[in-house]
Amino acid sequence: MGGAGRLLAPFALLAAAVCTPAAANLIGDADRGATLFQRQCSACHRIGPDAVNRVGPQLNGLYGRRAGAVPEFPYSKSMARMGSDGLTWTLETLDAYVENPKALVSGTRMAYKGLKDDGPRADLLAFLRDYSDRPRDIPEAEPTARKTLPDLAPEILAIEGDAEYGAYLSSECSTCHQRDGTDRGIPSITEWPAEDFVIAMHAYKEKLRPHPVMQMMAGRLSNEEIAALAAYFATLEE
Amino acid sequence: MLNRRIFIHSAVAATAALSAPRVLGQTKPRVVVIGGGAGGATVARYLAKDAAGALDVTLIEPNATYYTCFFSNLYLGGFREFESLAHGYDAIAAAGVTLVQDMAAGVDPAARTVTLAGGGVLPYDRLVISPGIDFVEGSVPGWTLADAEVMPHAYKAGPQTQLLKAQIEAMPEGGLFCMVAPPNPYRCPPGPYERVSMVAHMLTQMNPTAKILVLDPKEKYSKQALFEEGWQKHYSGMVEWIGPDMGGNVVEVRPGSMEVLIDGEVQKVDVCNVIPGQMAGAIAAAAGVTDATGWAPVDPATMQARADANIYVLGDASAQGDMPKSAFSANSQAKVAAMAIRAELTGSKLFPAKYSNTCWSLIAPEDGVKVGASYEPTPEKIASVESFISQTGEDAALRKATYEESLGWYEGITADIFG
Ligand SMILES: Cc1cc2nc3c(=O)[nH]c(=O)nc-3n(C[C@H](O)[C@H](O)[C@H](O)COP(=O)(O)OP(=O)(O)OC[C@H]3O[C@@H](n4cnc5c(N)ncnc54)[C@H](O)[C@@H]3O)c2cc1C
Repeated sequence: MGGAGRLLAPFALLAAAVCTPAAANLIGDADRGATLFQRQCSACHRIGPDAVNRVGPQLNGLYGRRAGAVPEFPYSKSMARMGSDGLTWTLETLDAYVENPKALVSGTRMAYKGLKDDGPRADLLAFLRDYSDRPRDIPEAEPTARKTLPDLAPEILAIEGDAEYGAYLSSECSTCHQRDGTDRGIPSITEWPAEDFVIAMHAYKEKLRPHPVMQMMAGRLSNEEIAALAAYFATLEE
Repeated sequence: MLNRRIFIHSAVAATAALSAPRVLGQTKPRVVVIGGGAGGATVARYLAKDAAGALDVTLIEPNATYYTCFFSNLYLGGFREFESLAHGYDAIAAAGVTLVQDMAAGVDPAARTVTLAGGGVLPYDRLVISPGIDFVEGSVPGWTLADAEVMPHAYKAGPQTQLLKAQIEAMPEGGLFCMVAPPNPYRCPPGPYERVSMVAHMLTQMNPTAKILVLDPKEKYSKQALFEEGWQKHYSGMVEWIGPDMGGNVVEVRPGSMEVLIDGEVQKVDVCNVIPGQMAGAIAAAAGVTDATGWAPVDPATMQARADANIYVLGDASAQGDMPKSAFSANSQAKVAAMAIRAELTGSKLFPAKYSNTCWSLIAPEDGVKVGASYEPTPEKIASVESFISQTGEDAALRKATYEESLGWYEGITADIFG
C-alpha cells in the first residue's frame, strides 16, 4: 500500500468546519423548561424515574399517549371523553392545552390558568418531551423539533431551478427509486415529464396524493427545491 | 458563485500546513473511507461519481463480498436465498474508487494517516469512518464473542446468519427458541422483532409446536403494537415476550449447557440468539472520535466528527441524535457527508442537509409494515421533525403493497449503495 510520505497540497488549508445553516428548531430550551416545571407544575405532577400519580397524572411518556390514559388516574369525565374521542398528546395538542387548558378540554380538573407566553411554553414542552420515547430507539415517536422549510442561502435561492442542487436532492429519491427505471414494488420516476413531476410533488406536499413516505419526503421540499429537482430531471431527459 | 469556503479553524491545522513540505499540484485531495457497508460504500461511490476525478477516493474493507443485514431476517424466514444478500464492489471500483481489501488497524489523526492490518499506511485529507457496530463486552453475562459459535448473535450478516438458520432448522420438535434482545441503542430498532416474526413463520411451517421466548431489557420497542397484533394473528400462542418487569433485564446465559437464567431461574433452551449491547465499530474509538457512550458524536449538518474536523463518521457508529441506526439512515447520512466533503475539498456548492429513514418489516407472508421519519439538523442534534407508522388493522391489500414496496426499496438502496 501507499507509503507514509505526506504531501500537503493547498486544499489542506480547507480543513475547516463546514458551516451550513442548521434548519430545524428544537421545541424549546429544556433546561429553562425544567425550572418552569419545578415552579409551576411540580406541586401536582411528577416526571422522571419512578414518577407516580399525584394530584395530576405522572407525565412520563406523555408525547404520543392518548389523553386520559394513565392507568389508575381518576380523570375528569371531560378528559376521559377527549381520550376516547381520539385526542392524542402531540406537540400541537399539548401546546394548545398548556396555553389554555379549558379551551381544549372544557371540564378538565387541572387547575392551571395556562401559559400564554410562547417562549416559556415551548421551553416547558421541550422539557416534557425529554421524558417520552426517543426517536432514535422508537422511530415512530413524536418529533423533537419543529419542521422548517430550509433557510436556503441567498446564493442557492438566486438560481432558478438549480440542477446541481436538484442532483443532490435527487440522491434522496434514488434510495428507493432506481435510476434505471426498474419498477418492482416502487414506481419508476425516470422520464417523468417535469411538469407532471412538479404537480405530483405539490400534491404530496398538500397530502392530496396518498402515501406516507412520499407525503413526508415532499412535505419538506420548498417550492424552489421542487423546481431544482425538476430542472435536474429535465437534464436527464436530454 | 458559491463557494470556496476557506477557514483555518485551528492553530494546529495552520501550523501543520506551514511546517509540512509543500508540493503544489501534485496530488488530488485524498479521501479515505473505512468500511464498505451501507454508509461507507455509499459515500465512496458518491464522492467518486460526483467529484468526477477531482478527488482521490480509497475504500478500505476486509471482505470482498458484503452481506446485508437488511433482509437477512427474510432469509431466516425462508423468503430469500442467502446469496441474494450478497453485494460486491465492482461497480464502486468502476466509479473510480480505489479498493483496499484490508482491515484498518489504526488512525493517526495528527499525521492524518490510516494504518492497515496488512502493514500499509494511507494518508488522507479527509477520513470517513463507517465501521458499523461492535458488541459491548459483558453486556449479557455469560456470553463472550467466542460463544457466538454456540449462541449466535446473527447481528452482523454472514456466517452467523447461516448458523442461526441451521440451528433453527435443527431444533427438536416442540423445542424452544430464545432471543436475548438488546438494550438501546442498537442497529435496526425493529430488527429483533422482525426476526421473531420470521422465526415464528419458519417454525409454523416445520415445527409448529415449537415456542419462542423473547427476553427484553426494554419496556417498549418500535412497532410493538404491530408486531403483537401480527404474532397474535399469525402465530397465536407461539411467542412469549418477557419485559423488564418480569426479569427480561436480568438475564444470564450458559452456552455450555444451553441454559438461560431469567432473574435467577434456569430455563433450558434449544437455540439461543444473543443480541448484545452495541457500540461503534472499534476503529472509531481508535481514531479518537467516540465519547464515553461508545458512539461518535457528529455535527448534525455534515456528519463531521465533533472531535476532529478531518474525520466524518457515518451510520451506526455515529451519535447524531434522533435517527435510528439503519441502512437507510447510513445511506442518507452518506449523501450529506459526500456533498459536504466535496464542498470542502473541491469548492463545490454546500447544500442544506436532508435526512430521512424508513424501515420496513415483514411480519408474515405478504404482511409488511413500515415506520419512517424525516429529520433536520439543529445545532445540538439531528432532530426528528415528522414521523409515520403503519396502523394496526390495515387490510391485506395494503400490507401486501407495503411488502412489495420493501422489495423495491431493497433493490433501490442496494443499487444506490453499491452501484
Ligand atoms: C437483522 C437486521 C435487520 C436489519 N434490517 C434493516 C432494514 O430492514 N432496513 C435498514 O435500513 N436497516 C436494517 N438493518 C440495519 C443496517 O444493517 C445497519 O444499520 C447498516 O448496515 C449500518 O451501516 P454502516 O455503514 O454503519 O455499517 P455496516 O453496513 O455494518 O458496514 C460496516 C462495514 O465496515 C467494515 N469494517 C468494520 N471495521 C472495519 C475496519 N477496521 N477496517 C475496514 N473495514 C471495517 C465491515 O466489514 C463492514 O463491511 C438491519 C440490521 C440487522 C442486524
